[in-house]
Amino acid sequence: MSGAMQDFATHPTNWLVILPVVLALLGGAVLLMLREAREAQFWLALGIVAVIFVSDIALALRVSETGPVAMTMGRWLPPFGISFVADLTSAVFALAAAGVTLLLLVYLRMDMPDRARRDGVYPLILLLLAGVSGSFLTGDLFNLYVWFEVMLISSFGLMVLGGRNIQLDGTVKYGFLNFLATTFFLAALGLLYGTLGTLNMADIVGRAGLANPAVMTSIAALLLLAFGMKAAAFPVNAWLPASYHAPPAAISALLAGLLTKVGVYALLRALVMLLPASREVLEPVLVLVAIGTLILGPLGAIAETNLRRALGFLVIGGIGATIAGAALGNATGLAGSVTYVLHAMLTISGLYLVAGLLEAISGETDTRRMGGVYAAASLPSLLFFVLMLAVAGVPPFLGFWPKLLLVQGGIEGWGFGRDGWALTLWLAVLANALLTLIAVSRLWAHIFWRPGHEGAATEAPNPDLKPLSPQVRWLGLGSAGVLTLVVLLLGLWPEPLLGFGKDAAAGLLRPANYIVATGLEGAAP
Amino acid sequence: MNSLIFRTIAPLLVAVMLVFSVFVLLRGHNEPGGGFIGGLIAASALAIYGMAMGVDAARTALKVHPLAYAGFGVALAALAGVLSILFDVPFLTGLWTIFELDEVEVAISTPMVFDIGVYFVVFGTIAAVALALEDEEGGA
Repeated sequence: MSGAMQDFATHPTNWLVILPVVLALLGGAVLLMLREAREAQFWLALGIVAVIFVSDIALALRVSETGPVAMTMGRWLPPFGISFVADLTSAVFALAAAGVTLLLLVYLRMDMPDRARRDGVYPLILLLLAGVSGSFLTGDLFNLYVWFEVMLISSFGLMVLGGRNIQLDGTVKYGFLNFLATTFFLAALGLLYGTLGTLNMADIVGRAGLANPAVMTSIAALLLLAFGMKAAAFPVNAWLPASYHAPPAAISALLAGLLTKVGVYALLRALVMLLPASREVLEPVLVLVAIGTLILGPLGAIAETNLRRALGFLVIGGIGATIAGAALGNATGLAGSVTYVLHAMLTISGLYLVAGLLEAISGETDTRRMGGVYAAASLPSLLFFVLMLAVAGVPPFLGFWPKLLLVQGGIEGWGFGRDGWALTLWLAVLANALLTLIAVSRLWAHIFWRPGHEGAATEAPNPDLKPLSPQVRWLGLGSAGVLTLVVLLLGLWPEPLLGFGKDAAAGLLRPANYIVATGLEGAAP
Repeated sequence: MNSLIFRTIAPLLVAVMLVFSVFVLLRGHNEPGGGFIGGLIAASALAIYGMAMGVDAARTALKVHPLAYAGFGVALAALAGVLSILFDVPFLTGLWTIFELDEVEVAISTPMVFDIGVYFVVFGTIAAVALALEDEEGGA
């Protein structure tokens, strides 16, 4: 019996790997008990997320100093116990998720209908953060499925809060397709467990190479479909623009900034780290998916007139860039992928927040009737300008660096002369940057430059624009401003970002340290 | 449905079901039972009470919103796991203490506390759903 149990003491700092999840769960539970005290709920939620943010910082520092940190629950030894493992990718993503959530809580105070507050928006946000952090930090595939469900339930609740018809409509589409995706994921897990007899990630790395490659590739294909749906990759992307514009701006910022990125993270983890041989077989599929997503996203954004639906298409374009890195599969390309995920978390959330402000100013959701915001409100215009250049990848803004890495990775892959895939991907990444720039410039011209409505006869300023109330000004502009500042600074001083990308990609490609940290070094072949 | 017989019997039935739910919860560690099934039985008891006496009476009997019970359950379960930090063992490790009560050994453990948490989560969630559904029927 004792042979299956851990007989050494667990160092208290190893708790850092589970703390973000436990705190979020515990906090959500306490907030649920305090559902009558709505004012206290806000401050408590803010405090809890701040503590989670700090513990994520500590975790990221620890991981960058000493390598992956792991803890296996209940003193069972891996692979029998459920492991939580944080490598650099997981730790930094979890940190970004907590940071974005913290700012969103502040922003949320500006325009949350009282009904949503009554129905528990704060407990749901903490539950969502628990799901997102859990997905990033877990080292067990079945546990990842559990966190996916936690995320799905809480995002479902968040999306429907307020109960307008458009929200119910969006939630049904979102919910159905995501349930389908998690079912595929579960089916893949069943097959994987039946084949390998383990679901511990570190253990899978060691065993996948010895199993039947055809079986492993089928499983990998199923996982690709499941995570692709979660991430809204082409051709299973239709649910995203149909649902993300429905809830209040802060909620759609939370969903757009975090949820699809968890799908991408799971995709990278499963295909690059766990099943690298199958990834190579699936490379043509990945390339096609990446190219389709890269091109379709910005084209959709160009065609769209609803502001937040257009942003939804930009989210999809970004997903294409991250999948391009997975398709390239070399260190530089992967570094591009992980840095892109980080960039998208920050930039996309920021864009949705500013979109919420623009909707508050104009009272419209359609860009054709927004016109003239630049003259009426210069600060939101400035924020939008920075974020739109960041999302398009114009140097020296944040989005440029991940795309540079992807382009560089494309050239490297192409130079090795393996095949033409790298060249087409390379072209698609460049085309995506150009099309995204066209899409956001169009938004800029319509919302900010054009004096009034579309087709207005006069050059007079748009009379429908309302100045922001002082509360909105402080909370909304403040939180969006801080996020934009982070985007700006990370773009201007990209060394930490690039260093993170390099180390994270190395960790995914050569997970020896990950396996040792989990406690399974003997199992690796 | 809401007959005199039902209204007379319901409180007795509810009391027996609640006690039985605790019994099922506690025997669950080594025998069939546990927090999930115990919570279901307790929630059914509350649903019967709501059918007999009306949803308002059931809500009053609960004192707080059913979801607050669910929150309490999650918090209890999480705290049962966090307790391991004091003993240098990983999250959710089972910790046991046995004390004698009149020559009977009583084992108190964190898995039990966790299971009590599950009991409250299931009770709170199912009760919230059941009362909301009964409310709809009454209102329509």
